[in-house]
Amino acid sequence: MYRILHGTNFDFIKWWRHAAVLTIAFILVGLGSFIFKGGVNYSIEFTGGTLVQVRFTQPPDPAELRAAIGQAEITQFGDATEYTLRLQGSQEIAQQATAAEGVAREVEAKLRAKYGDGFTIVRTEAVGPKVGAELARGAVIAMLLASLVTLVYLAFRFEWRFGLSAVLSTAHDVLITLAFIKLFHIEVSLTVVAAILTLLGYSGNDTIIIFDRVRENLKKARKEPLYDTLNRSINETLPRSILTHVTTLTATVTLLIFAGEVLRPFSLVMTFGIFIATFSSIYVASPILLYIERKFPRKDLAGRGPHVSASTARAESTAESDSPPRPVRGSKAPAGR
Amino acid sequence: MTNLKYRLLLIVGLMVASVWALWPRTVIERVKRDGVFVYDTIHRVPLKKGLDLVGGMYLALEVDESKGAVANKQDALDRALKVVRTRIDEFGVSEPVVQKVGNDRIIVELPGIDDPERAQQVVQKSAFLQFMITDESNALERALPRLDEIAKNAGGATAVATGDTAKRSQSGLEKLLTKDTTSRVADSAKADSNPVIPPTGGTISSLLQRGDMPGEYYVTQENTPQLEHYLSLPAVQAAMPPGKTIKWGADTISLGGRVYRTIYVLDARSILDGQWIQDANPNNTPIDGTVVEFQLNNEGGRRFRTETAKHIQDYMAIVLDDRVMGRPPIIQSAIGTRGQITLGRRDLQVAQDLALVLRAGALPVPLKITEIRNIGASLGEDSIRRGTNAMIFAVLAVVVIMIGYYRFSGMLAVGALILFVLYTLAVLAGFGGVLTLPGLAGLVLSVGMAVDANVLIFERIREELDRGKTVRTSIDEGFHHALTAIVDTSITTILTAAVLYQYGTGAVRGFAVTLIAGISASLFAAVFVTRTFYLVWLSRTRGAQTLSI
Repeated sequence: MYRILHGTNFDFIKWWRHAAVLTIAFILVGLGSFIFKGGVNYSIEFTGGTLVQVRFTQPPDPAELRAAIGQAEITQFGDATEYTLRLQGSQEIAQQATAAEGVAREVEAKLRAKYGDGFTIVRTEAVGPKVGAELARGAVIAMLLASLVTLVYLAFRFEWRFGLSAVLSTAHDVLITLAFIKLFHIEVSLTVVAAILTLLGYSGNDTIIIFDRVRENLKKARKEPLYDTLNRSINETLPRSILTHVTTLTATVTLLIFAGEVLRPFSLVMTFGIFIATFSSIYVASPILLYIERKFPRKDLAGRGPHVSASTARAESTAESDSPPRPVRGSKAPAGR
Repeated sequence: MTNLKYRLLLIVGLMVASVWALWPRTVIERVKRDGVFVYDTIHRVPLKKGLDLVGGMYLALEVDESKGAVANKQDALDRALKVVRTRIDEFGVSEPVVQKVGNDRIIVELPGIDDPERAQQVVQKSAFLQFMITDESNALERALPRLDEIAKNAGGATAVATGDTAKRSQSGLEKLLTKDTTSRVADSAKADSNPVIPPTGGTISSLLQRGDMPGEYYVTQENTPQLEHYLSLPAVQAAMPPGKTIKWGADTISLGGRVYRTIYVLDARSILDGQWIQDANPNNTPIDGTVVEFQLNNEGGRRFRTETAKHIQDYMAIVLDDRVMGRPPIIQSAIGTRGQITLGRRDLQVAQDLALVLRAGALPVPLKITEIRNIGASLGEDSIRRGTNAMIFAVLAVVVIMIGYYRFSGMLAVGALILFVLYTLAVLAGFGGVLTLPGLAGLVLSVGMAVDANVLIFERIREELDRGKTVRTSIDEGFHHALTAIVDTSITTILTAAVLYQYGTGAVRGFAVTLIAGISASLFAAVFVTRTFYLVWLSRTRGAQTLSI
């Protein structure tokens, strides 16, 4: 029987302050970049415009290509023979996708003049601006609705404290993933939105598994302070967390390597998000749970008697005598916004 | 023991059903052969691939209200949907999709199409056919002096717009007017990508030449933009003879080395429109060139006969989408149910497409395209190849990890994983799900996630073994305790995916569907199938003392 990290007894939550500083710093840098360096790199699905993907038989000289096309955002797509040309089109052209389709034909004519038959157009997309606005709205609604649905379900299955902590930590995951997208200039397309929404589900998973263990341990050892129960639960589920993340990360990294350029943004966001989900289930969800617990001590945990309130009381006293990791006001910060 | 039998029976039953659902079958389908679409029986796996994998065209259409508001938009869109669907069905694509999305949009998916421009034409053409009598009262001539007056005033503005400095000294009021018309001139110039010719005479009458039949006029090709500009002026439109309408001809004609456009003055009331058309077919005739022959239904024929009987010796213009097709023929005698639209030297394909849209009927409202995508077939093949590679590698990696870490139990999990992939694909095929590129990504991802449930269970069994419980009890307890967490995580993910499905479009929907199918299958595979494997193993090795996990 191989075992990794079996029977560990790390005091994970002790480090929550450091974790909080790190994660807040990352989110703030992302936010700062958003404010000072302009918005996110949206795909034409959101901005409207025309995209032409061209495959050349010979790798073209980028400068020459730029000269041939004129006003366009030219990006190498995968290997040196493939390029995407993105044209925003003036306001007038953007009125109708039909006009934008005309833009695509114009591009083709320019390329034909320069390269003859040395290229094929493998993909064109033209999107009117109205569609993009609708998509953006749909994505935001989907995100909020998914959070709400998760909250309600967890509140029903566990207790509102757990549900709230899980949802706040998920919100943290989404925020930090957005910061990642901004900082690494990942193009936000519909598939990336899908990745973020999948993370909503996935990030909840990790938290649920730890909380499920907490729920179970609370039943068994009622005298133990919640702080210790949390730590113990995290340690007990650690082998599972590691192994699952290895397999899931294998899948996303495989996508990153094999699935090509179209899925690259998706794979990147997924990989980062899965990593963050583990982190947040330990360092965001747990401190928040402790904080909520301290602010609103439970009188009755799932119909159990006075023991629980006693354990809560002890949790508090332990915290005061123990080392400082008592999640006070600041613990709200990593996920509160 | 009987319990175990039922379990095995269920697993094998589902396996057989899955294999059957995925078995290549013979279907009758429209396929492309030598550039033409024909019905044929083909043999294929019944799993539909999305546009991003097979290549093709995607169109999103909305009601175009730029030329006036549409009263009952919902109803109009529903009728338009029907028309578009009929046209696409006849256009000849294998497995097209035409559906309404939300309240205000029609989406059209045409897999494997290689002439997107033509497809766009067929979808978007209004195909509103009218039969109108040309004006015989010289109404335009009588109105011309007044029209010239208006055009002259506007003409000054045009001159300024084109940079005539001599006319700059104007009163404030005129300047105000000028500003307005200047922008409009600029617009029309851009629309025609043809500079507006500064007016020489500055009047409408100087641009027009009488034609051969009543109501017909010629305009030289060069003067066309200018006349279009004049005709678009609100003042000119207001001064037009009442009860008449002006339509451009669809063709140009050459007279004495010059190219002319035709313009017709017609009675505004049409004698019949295209709603009565029963059938339409393209044809090639020696005299008229390419034509579309149409046949009216009985009701239409009766009306046509009555109306044409009133107009014998008059000229009848056939107006399609506001353009007069061919030269209006003279009505010799009452016409019954048959007629033809002359297309001159155009391709037979144009006639084919026109016949098609006439059969399908006119669009009740104009439609504009809000989104259009063309994906080349080669790109689709690339995506499939890459997606499959990623899938194979991910599965292999997970297999290695699981067997390496959990040994015998890992092998059971791998067995369950294989069933998981099979079930997922079967569920997709069964519910008519579409496999898209993000969908493939979702599948790869779910392979990684699917073992999560097994990992949870195995870790739990290990803990129970550590506490000194027997193998059988440990397995029972392990499954029992891990179940709550597994169910909770699966349900939250399914809820999220459901939201994604509700608010997503196209490819993203495909992703959500694959995710849901994957999670359901993984729940079954990990919890039920692995458990059954253990039960089989336990019943074979009675009194097992150790478990390889």
